[in-house]
Amino acid sequence: MKIRINLNGNWREDEVEPRMLLVHYLREVAGLTGTHIGCETSLCGACTVLLNGEAAKSCTLFAVQADGAEVTTIEGLGSDGNLHPLQQGFWEEHGLQCGFCTPGMVLASHQLLGRNPHPTREEIRHALEGNLCRCTGYQHIVKAIEWAVEHPGK
Amino acid sequence: MATTKLLGKRIKRKEDPRLIQGRGHFVDDIKLDGMLHMAFARSPYGHARIISIQTEAARNAHGVLSVLTGDDLKGKLGPVPCAAGMEGLKVPAHPCLAGERVRYVGEPVAAVVATNRYLAADAAAQVVVEYDMLPAVTGMDKALESGSPRVHESFGDNVAFVARLEGGDWKTVAADPAIKVIKQRLINQRVGPMAMETRGVVASYSPGEDTLTVWSSTQIPHLLKTQLSLMTQIDEPRCRVIAPEVGGAFGSKLNVYGEEGVACLASKLLGRPVKWIEGRRENLAGTIHGRDQIDDVEVYFQPDGKVVGLKCRVLADMGAYFQLLTPAIPTSTALMILGCYDIKNVSVETIGVFTNKIATDAYRGAGRPEATYIIERAMNMVAQELNLDPVDVRLKNFPAPGKDITLATGVSYDTANYQKTLKKVLKLSGYSKLRKEQQRLRKKGRLLGIGLSTYVEICAMGPSSRMPAGGWESGTVRVEVTGKVTVLTGVSPHGQGEQTSFAQIVAQELDIPFDDVTVFHGDTAQVPMGIGTFGSRATAVGGSAVYVAAQRVKKKMARIAAHKLGVKPGELVFEEGNIQTKDGSKSVTFKKVAEEAYMARELPPGMEPGLSELYVFEPPNFTYPFGAHVAVTEIDPKTGEVRLRNYFAVDDCGRILNPMLVDGQVHGGIAQGAGQALVEEIIYDENGQLITGTLMDYAVPKAHQFPWFETAHTETRTPVNPLGVKGVGEAGTIGSTPAIVNAVVDALGPLGVRHIDMPLKPEKIWDLIKHGAAPGGHAS
Repeated sequence: MKIRINLNGNWREDEVEPRMLLVHYLREVAGLTGTHIGCETSLCGACTVLLNGEAAKSCTLFAVQADGAEVTTIEGLGSDGNLHPLQQGFWEEHGLQCGFCTPGMVLASHQLLGRNPHPTREEIRHALEGNLCRCTGYQHIVKAIEWAVEHPGK
Repeated sequence: MATTKLLGKRIKRKEDPRLIQGRGHFVDDIKLDGMLHMAFARSPYGHARIISIQTEAARNAHGVLSVLTGDDLKGKLGPVPCAAGMEGLKVPAHPCLAGERVRYVGEPVAAVVATNRYLAADAAAQVVVEYDMLPAVTGMDKALESGSPRVHESFGDNVAFVARLEGGDWKTVAADPAIKVIKQRLINQRVGPMAMETRGVVASYSPGEDTLTVWSSTQIPHLLKTQLSLMTQIDEPRCRVIAPEVGGAFGSKLNVYGEEGVACLASKLLGRPVKWIEGRRENLAGTIHGRDQIDDVEVYFQPDGKVVGLKCRVLADMGAYFQLLTPAIPTSTALMILGCYDIKNVSVETIGVFTNKIATDAYRGAGRPEATYIIERAMNMVAQELNLDPVDVRLKNFPAPGKDITLATGVSYDTANYQKTLKKVLKLSGYSKLRKEQQRLRKKGRLLGIGLSTYVEICAMGPSSRMPAGGWESGTVRVEVTGKVTVLTGVSPHGQGEQTSFAQIVAQELDIPFDDVTVFHGDTAQVPMGIGTFGSRATAVGGSAVYVAAQRVKKKMARIAAHKLGVKPGELVFEEGNIQTKDGSKSVTFKKVAEEAYMARELPPGMEPGLSELYVFEPPNFTYPFGAHVAVTEIDPKTGEVRLRNYFAVDDCGRILNPMLVDGQVHGGIAQGAGQALVEEIIYDENGQLITGTLMDYAVPKAHQFPWFETAHTETRTPVNPLGVKGVGEAGTIGSTPAIVNAVVDALGPLGVRHIDMPLKPEKIWDLIKHGAAPGGHAS
């Protein structure tokens, strides 16, 4: 099937199998390997991307379901010299160790701050219910998000 | 930036820019020309005989190039290795693909190689295996009964080994009528390491050159290289292993797995790269598990709270086969079973038991959390029995501070001050206020519990004479022609941040900009020799190697500079990119000296050109970090739910090089220890079916389940290495599990509860509250 996706601001057209998962499309067809796969049951959140601006688990969507949609991956959030405040916050506050859960964490946090620009610690923790981290114990992730709240930047 | 005094500073990580942008390369991000994908058909049974494997349909499936079964490996691929050995150990044959029998759910039976991962998965599902189901055995008590199913027929029973450790004379103690005893069965349940990145490998054999290049999500690239060379019979000089970014491991990737071997063989046979990426279901069934002990402990104590003897039978569940260190893990339990206390009489019998499950192996703490759990629960049970505060029982049993001691188990601790960390955590937590709050709340029917654990642990693995495959670590510091510095380390981090901390060490030693130092790890073609990252050893052992190498480079540069400046090397200091006399009157830049080392026009007579030093640090001993944790839990009496309300940790990991990284390790460690205490549990049913096979059933803790961790440190530098660093990777996990269980038991003390087994799930607690504690005061 032919699909058209606006990926990180650029439209692209690809031929995909109906059963191809969105996360595999992103990683293997579009070549953006920042989105990771950590489970098969939609629990871990490593695959979180933004679909039409809302956080979605790309392992639980078929690429064909994203036809015509805007998809934002971690690569589209910011890059060298122009990091998103959340990315900067994760750096400042050691919000990552192995980095595997990080892209998903950052995008889930992005959704949180979009809906709730000044969350409490409790609210931050609950907003991360869909994202597992095994390295950090979550505390520095909370601090990273708080940093972004305090430094909204441009 | 200012380059003096980088050590001890909160320096941002060099690793982060690429990882926060999604630009890190994990093994599944590796794409090679002609790369194929591998999928496995695995045993759905805990124990069965393989009658036949029909691969016809799989072979003919779309996109399939090869199907391999156990028979195809004979003479071509060696078995899965085990590096641990001990007297009388029964070692099962462990082929990379199942032989005549399968012995655990998830055991790989056949491998399919296809052009893409979807087709490989399709084809793997078309491998038809005819099984004859056999009775399985999963409980260790059952496995030890005569007449129980044998996991390995040829062994006659399910005992892998029996080890004994004795000290003092516990029998006299036990016979003394003035001595009290508590007997308790403690279950240290099986858990899954659950790194966020599952395992994976890309094996690339080059037929023309007869070389093998392997990318693997591993903690031990050099050890893996040696083993894969032996397994594939490709000479070691022509084998290369690369650990790319590794997404967490916690011990589960300190190993050599059958799938890695099969991927190498498939690549060799097909002459093309082969990739295998583990799914999460595969991971929960097919990657090693941690813990899984049944500990029957007897603690002997005086009425004043002094503990005089400890006896324990440790049943350690091996699983069906050994992985790299399986039988060695529980031996650390016996060694550390006395914890911080100079208990004079000890007797530990450790029995390794085969069951129809996947192997256990190293998981954060690897035998030491089990020991700390036993002794810290024992101390609390003594306190409860005598109606003493657990703090007082600790103080009564701690050795005098500041002296080296050797315990009845034979383990010798260097200078420790357990009183200091305990005092600090009591202050940090406001312990006496917490006890008062507990009293107040109890009057209102609320169940607040305060749990203490004081631990000591053994890490910074370790003296080679006591390690299965070497315990040294290599560090290379090479100043390049341009004056930038390359550091090569044999450790293989997976989140710990050594690209940052080792750059701190070298930049500070040479007094050059932090940004001028680049650290590499993980590639056996680049790093000449190495052991890897595990056992909280990376900074203590690997960092020390890098530190000494930097000192040696510094010495050589001083000689070159001295020769140039016409002074003695001892007159020179390294000062912010210059090498100069103390008064600054004579000076040459670091860069100029580097250049000169390679241009070699004005070197001191007899000096070799170049500026690279390799040092291999052989640690003279392990290190013994210690600490004290306090957990505060409140139980909802209506639901039995345990809320971890507060957590306080004081840890002494020796010198702290980067406090941010240390805190990260402590937090992560606490989280995993808490996970075991509260929610995690691998469950096999009596047929060997893995019940907790996906994340729908295996509970991994989430952000909202943790309170803010309040952490503090004392810094008692170890004399064992030149940095004074002890290691901190596992300490959080070791301290937290008993602290939390102690807290929950404390909360339910008024109900007569003496013990509850982990995980402390709501239904368990609710049942206890509703129906009361069983006679004898403990519930499982």
